[in-house]
Amino acid sequence: MNTSLLKKFTAAALLAGTFFTAQAALKVGDALPDLASFQLAGKLPDNLKGKVVIVDFWASWCLPCAKSFPVLDELQKKYGDRLVVLAVNIDEKAANMQKFLASHTVSFTVVRDAQQKLVAVAEPATMPTSFLLDGEGRVRFLHNGFHGEDTRKEYITEIESLLK
Amino acid sequence: MKHKAFFLLASVMLMLVSGCANVKPWQREHLADYTMRGDRDPLGQQQIEHIWFSREEANGGSGVGGGGCGCN
Repeated sequence: MNTSLLKKFTAAALLAGTFFTAQAALKVGDALPDLASFQLAGKLPDNLKGKVVIVDFWASWCLPCAKSFPVLDELQKKYGDRLVVLAVNIDEKAANMQKFLASHTVSFTVVRDAQQKLVAVAEPATMPTSFLLDGEGRVRFLHNGFHGEDTRKEYITEIESLLK
Repeated sequence: MKHKAFFLLASVMLMLVSGCANVKPWQREHLADYTMRGDRDPLGQQQIEHIWFSREEANGGSGVGGGGCGCN
């Protein structure tokens, strides 16, 4: 076998692999992209500037998401205007989201990423995943999954630190 | 001749690899469905394990991954 040919082929395969696996993912320190450009279904909050924001990606088929909703609702009620909880649903069918919301009444904002464009940019590692943003719209904390009381305590500590 | 064989093999491998799908966490709606659960029929599962044990004199090793929402 021609070794230079093999080397070229291997390099091309590695390059192709890098190209197909390299994707954007929202991480701590990044700025949240402009939500208005993702054609989310539902009304977005008017102004997020200066407020602590939780962007939570969830689905109706995700059990931990259902467990996280009462906690997120509690936080929204506790912190009022200083906190915006924005739950982004990624269900394929709107009816599934509506059915879920009918049995999980919440006071925070829920929008639907029907085309799954925002979730493809944020690229959450699991469901649910939530991003805590500071008043400048930068991701300061990241929660992969929901782990009951532990996650609740972390939320409170992190929100308090951002509100100072 | 060797080059042709190499590219033929590489092409076949590429075609096979292209059949692999990387399911993202937010695309697991259908995998999360109840019907995708391997243990949705406990009685049927017990019968299968009993037959397996009777034939092989061995237990276990029947668990497989695949379905589920992969949450948390």
